[in-house]
Amino acid sequence: MLAETQIQTDWETVCQLDDITPFTGVCALVGEIHIAIFRVSDDKLYAIQNYCPFGQASILSRGIVGTVGERIVVASPLYKQQYDLATGECLEDPETTLTTYAVRVHDGSVQILN
Amino acid sequence: MAQSKQKIIVVGNGMVGHKFIESLVTHEDASQYSITTFSEEPRLAYDRVQLSAYFSGSTVDDLMLTTPSYYDEHGVRYLVNEKVIGIDKDAKTITTSSGLVEPYDTLILATGSFPFVPPIPGKDQDHCLVYRTIEDLEAITASAAESEVGVVVGGGLLGLECANALHNLKLTSHVVEFAPQLMAVQIDEGGGALLRQKIEALGVSVHTGKNTSEIVAGTERRYRMNFADGSHLETDMIVFSAGIRPQDALAREFNLTLGERGGIVINDHCQTSDPSIYAIGECALWDNKIYGLVAPGYSMAKAAVAHITGGDVTFQGADMSTKLKLMGVDVGSIGDTHARTEGALTYTYFNQPEGVYKRLVVSSDQQTLLGAVLIGDTSDYGTLLPMMLEKMPLPEQPEVLILPAVEGADNALGVAALPDSAQVCSCHDVSKGDIAAAVADGACDVASLKSCTKAGTGCGGCVTMMGQVLNSELEKMGVEVNDHLCEHFAYSRQELFDIIRTKQIKTFADLIDQYGSGMGCMTCKPAVGSMLATYWNEYVLSDKHIHLQDTNDIFLANMQKDGTYSVVPRIAAGEITPQGLITLGEIGKKYDLYTKITGGQRIDFFGAQLHELPLIWQELTEAGFETGHAYGKSLRTVKSCVGSTWCRYGMLDSVSMAVLLEMRYKGLRSPHKLKMAVSGCTRECAEAQGKDIGVIATDKGWNLYVCGNGGMKPRHADLFATDLDDATLLQYIDRILMFYCRTADRLQRTSTWMDNMEGGLAYLKSVVIDDKLNIGEDLEADMARVIDTYECEWKKTLQSPERLKRFAHFINSDATDDSLAYEPDRGQNKARIASKSMAPPTDAERIPVTIAK
Repeated sequence: MLAETQIQTDWETVCQLDDITPFTGVCALVGEIHIAIFRVSDDKLYAIQNYCPFGQASILSRGIVGTVGERIVVASPLYKQQYDLATGECLEDPETTLTTYAVRVHDGSVQILN
Repeated sequence: MAQSKQKIIVVGNGMVGHKFIESLVTHEDASQYSITTFSEEPRLAYDRVQLSAYFSGSTVDDLMLTTPSYYDEHGVRYLVNEKVIGIDKDAKTITTSSGLVEPYDTLILATGSFPFVPPIPGKDQDHCLVYRTIEDLEAITASAAESEVGVVVGGGLLGLECANALHNLKLTSHVVEFAPQLMAVQIDEGGGALLRQKIEALGVSVHTGKNTSEIVAGTERRYRMNFADGSHLETDMIVFSAGIRPQDALAREFNLTLGERGGIVINDHCQTSDPSIYAIGECALWDNKIYGLVAPGYSMAKAAVAHITGGDVTFQGADMSTKLKLMGVDVGSIGDTHARTEGALTYTYFNQPEGVYKRLVVSSDQQTLLGAVLIGDTSDYGTLLPMMLEKMPLPEQPEVLILPAVEGADNALGVAALPDSAQVCSCHDVSKGDIAAAVADGACDVASLKSCTKAGTGCGGCVTMMGQVLNSELEKMGVEVNDHLCEHFAYSRQELFDIIRTKQIKTFADLIDQYGSGMGCMTCKPAVGSMLATYWNEYVLSDKHIHLQDTNDIFLANMQKDGTYSVVPRIAAGEITPQGLITLGEIGKKYDLYTKITGGQRIDFFGAQLHELPLIWQELTEAGFETGHAYGKSLRTVKSCVGSTWCRYGMLDSVSMAVLLEMRYKGLRSPHKLKMAVSGCTRECAEAQGKDIGVIATDKGWNLYVCGNGGMKPRHADLFATDLDDATLLQYIDRILMFYCRTADRLQRTSTWMDNMEGGLAYLKSVVIDDKLNIGEDLEADMARVIDTYECEWKKTLQSPERLKRFAHFINSDATDDSLAYEPDRGQNKARIASKSMAPPTDAERIPVTIAK
């Protein structure tokens, strides 16, 4: 029981699933970190850092979500670099990888593993 | 000791004389020559080929081929209104009409030709004119103003152009031709008959086999032309266009060798009987032939330059094949059109209902093409001409070359079979090899080929073929040539637009489900979002459309480098009340926004954070402002000058027209952004000729210009139509814009759209003005729906609390983005300077590859 309680406290609820329009993203503040959360097909969620190292601004949640081959990506709204939502890898510059975060839907709530 | 420069005098500053000068001053040894040119006309060289454009609204400036400043820059001395009247071959000097004596080392005669006027009694009266110079055109215009009926004597190429001019000047027009058919030199009897039918259908009467015996006073009209067969015709004015004669008077008087029927005899270097004197263009006789087209004249100019500078290009004759549009009728003439070659055989295709006539002339062994006539449809010209010139083997059944394409059959031989030496553009002498080299150097669309090879920028007849060469070269290089929108849709943008329209598809989900694959991407999503918005004009931030919207559209504002936004309310035509300005000022001050006047005569606020956008827009909409769509690929602004309400020179009320246009087309989503302008007179203070749609007032109505652009690749707009009333102006713009929305590539401005369009301006006119595709009403109806369903996107967004939730930096906190910082600069905020890292090209910077079908 104790273990389960601990796990629940590690997941931080940031919003409701309904708050995210399908195929778009939102930005959540977790601690001091800006995290971009995207909702794609079948209500699958992805979370990566919101800060784009190329554009040097906190804006990735506002990008277009799509696919390149099998990879699900977001395109930076500033200069259009594309990032793999599963791994954080930048398609145009594989040296650059963004931080990814664990995200889930629990009882209709969107939660980030803190 | 420096060698003194070689003195070159060019007599005549027409198209060919200018070409000679242009070729010499751009030669690597240009510094060794000093050039002087004399023109008896009052201006420098202009485009005589496009002369008839003068009647459809082009100005003298539009027709000019060069400028005094170009000549000054290159050290060319020029004297206009100065006729050369004497040559001293021994002293090597020339004398001019004003008594000037000038020495030369090399003399170039580029005196051109003069119109032949048959020796008919009565030909020298008032209102009996010719058609060659701008002054002639002015005289024709003046005469037409006092006339109701006009006759052109001569049914050749120039005669028909002239008849078109009279027709446009609203005269009852007639063509009188001595031969039994029109264009007897270029086309055969069958082709001539169809051409006649088409021209008569336009309201011009054609009289063939008529020999004019005298011109006397008329009873109904000013003159009566009596014909040898006893018939007659009454008219108010007559223009003679019965052919040209070489202007060889100087050569005749000063004893250069002439041909039996005139023309200055030249050799392959274009030298006359005096080796220091060259003759080029229509005054020259090579191999007993006068060439009355500009392309051979240009070749002569190049040969002369080569000989003077020690190059090895010679003149070897020229092919006289031609393709043109006469009074809207396509006419193509290739090689031996009359089947005069011994044993020649012919194939003829005649489609009377559609008005298409095609004839092939082949060798007796049916192995090579000798000639062709194309009337009503010249799309095969580009394939047939090189087949004739390069003596390519004919297909087993030569008739497939002119039979209409039947489903599944591919009757084109393809340009891949052509040798590199094959000429593609005859105006600028560009070969297939030149184009291939440009493609290898990275030119991957027709527009860039035009700018780096000049091909297709003359008469434009070779643009289709350029597209074919482009595709075949790209394929050779292993570049996959397709026009698919992206990996998710195996269709071009135009095809997808047709699908959306004909299948009435309203969402991206339905489209990708039925016609695509995967989830979509940053290429296809905004493109489809734009097409859906153009056609259905639904709210772009609704659940089904919001994920298609690009960076700016998705928050109805323009994202700046630090992730903040700029805000631009609509100020239609740049007209704003003082109170409006005060309100804007107060809002800018309240939200501490950097404020700037835009190039489109409105006001831009910078540095608004996401959460501030609804607050700012709440105040703007309450004050009566609407969204300015600065964030959309859509109509931005209609710029205007103050017009006739205030300006001493204004012809019409340009501000009212600009407001009307801006309010009509605001919110129209298009393949790329659209800018318009309206000027109240030809001083053009609104710079309309640099806009997608430009409107200029004249004393007779509105002149409409299309497909101009400023920006990275400026393009002067094309004059589309003249003297329009308000209703016709709107009708044309409706059709042009909607046709652009349907057929352009994604992110293709109207300027590149036009540069890549097969048939170019003439084709666009035929679609919009003549309604050739019979879609005019359809285009207008589509536009009417967009206009009728307009709503301010910001006003609608403010009414929806659900939508407004997205306008916050964090979904789970009221905190704002703490990384934003500003520093003061000239009294306002300035975004922090981030070192911009190397970024891949943005969508807009990528050059779309356009594939001609």
